[in-house]
Amino acid sequence: MLEISNLVKRYGHDEAVLKGLDLTVEGNSVVAIVGASGAGKSTMLRCINRLVEPTSGSIKLNGNELVKLRGAALRRARRKIGMVFQGFNLIDRLTVMENVLAGRLGYVSLYQAISRRYPPADIERAFSLMERVGIAHYANKRADELSGGERQRVGVVRALMQEPEVLLADEPTASLDPRTSEQIMILLQSLASELSLPVLINIHNVSQAKTYTERIVGLRHGKMIFDGAPSDFNQDALDAIYGGIEAPEEEVAEVPPTAEGVSHDQA
Amino acid sequence: MTRPDASAPARTWRKPPFIANPWLRYGLWLVLVVYLVWALGTLPFNWERISEGLPRAARIFGGGFPPSFERGGLLLTGFKESFQIAILATLLGVALSIPFAVMAARNVAPLPVYLFGRAVIIVSRSFHPVIVAILFVAAVGFGPLAGILTLTLYSIGFVGKLLAEEIEEIDWGQVEAMKATGAGYFAILIYAVFPQILPRQVGLSMYQLDSNLRASAVVGIVGAGGIGGTLMNAFGRYDYDFAFAILLTIIAVILISEGISGWVRKKIW
Repeated sequence: MLEISNLVKRYGHDEAVLKGLDLTVEGNSVVAIVGASGAGKSTMLRCINRLVEPTSGSIKLNGNELVKLRGAALRRARRKIGMVFQGFNLIDRLTVMENVLAGRLGYVSLYQAISRRYPPADIERAFSLMERVGIAHYANKRADELSGGERQRVGVVRALMQEPEVLLADEPTASLDPRTSEQIMILLQSLASELSLPVLINIHNVSQAKTYTERIVGLRHGKMIFDGAPSDFNQDALDAIYGGIEAPEEEVAEVPPTAEGVSHDQA
Repeated sequence: MTRPDASAPARTWRKPPFIANPWLRYGLWLVLVVYLVWALGTLPFNWERISEGLPRAARIFGGGFPPSFERGGLLLTGFKESFQIAILATLLGVALSIPFAVMAARNVAPLPVYLFGRAVIIVSRSFHPVIVAILFVAAVGFGPLAGILTLTLYSIGFVGKLLAEEIEEIDWGQVEAMKATGAGYFAILIYAVFPQILPRQVGLSMYQLDSNLRASAVVGIVGAGGIGGTLMNAFGRYDYDFAFAILLTIIAVILISEGISGWVRKKIW
């Protein structure tokens, strides 16, 4: 369970980006966080694994307070928080397998990391997760040789290698074409239920958020102004979140996700 | 298209001057002329000595032809030592430049460490290798050790500086991704930083080997071993034909090493 309470983040002396945010995510629910650029979505996600330092407030993961952690304790806490990035953030010059195993860096010794002698259990987990998302045959390919969708799968597997207790996805589909981004959303949705993992997804695409998540949280100017089921997310909510800001015309891609997505899920 | 109007005067265009203010523009020319007159007028050129020296120079050049490769053994020994110095110094210098580059990169080093790393690089870059060689010859005596130390320091300064700048420009997203896995500082360096600077590192090492080979000939002149010493001795004994043979060989070796390093760098990029 992830509990965020009264989270405030202020960069320098500027106006706060997050103004006392409260959010609780339980079980294996998939939560979409929507909002215009600059609403604080990304900052909120990064506060959870402390890539951004919160100014004040509290973030608890399964009862552990994350905000005050430092040094080794912070690194231990980060192992339990997987993150998927918009730009994938893979190590381009390393192989897919090395990228996937990098998800274990918080667990292995420096010597094991340098010599790539990961424990057999890690390698087994890497192969089975890569098989699950359909990239196992790329194990020895360089990460920058893959297509966007494949690279994001590597990113997802890397995050899952951490055996996370929560998965954060910061605009995981924004760099992908519509069809591929559908596939990634389906993947995240099904992984959440398979691994009973809560997933927080920052997303610009409102229709995808409504289709693939169970709960939508709307942010505007650092405050939560909507929290409810996708079916309750109507035009009023959309106007409240994007009102005065030109909302991009986004539709679920024409191609139905069934063919590609489902076959992929069985893989 | 409209027909050109015969009655209107042809329009002209001139490139606007680089310095708009005419006073400044012509003033700078004036300053340059005054400086040249002053410098040439006051520097102690001894024209008599120069006119005496010209025939001497002609004699040296004349004595150098044809270059003599008779003492090929000496030439080979000198070059072998130069190569040994250059390669050892490159290996040492490049290896040591990595930690100093990390220390001197603001995005991965805390401020005190950064200042220390920058200081080391600035100091090792502030003197020409010849001056450093003079210091090391005084400290450890004549011979190749002084040359190795000199060129190692030189390599740390050059490679360290460029590598530090490369580290400061890496894609930070990869570092964030490794942080997010809970990786420690050194694991992050090895996974997220080093792979990104690797091609640059290999290219710089090749360039540095090339450059050290050249410099090893120079530092030899002040007594730090290698072909430079052989060259100095040849001049000292008025062995101009042998000295010319050495010079030609240096040119050939530099050309070859430049060709090889250029080829390797192109392959790696």
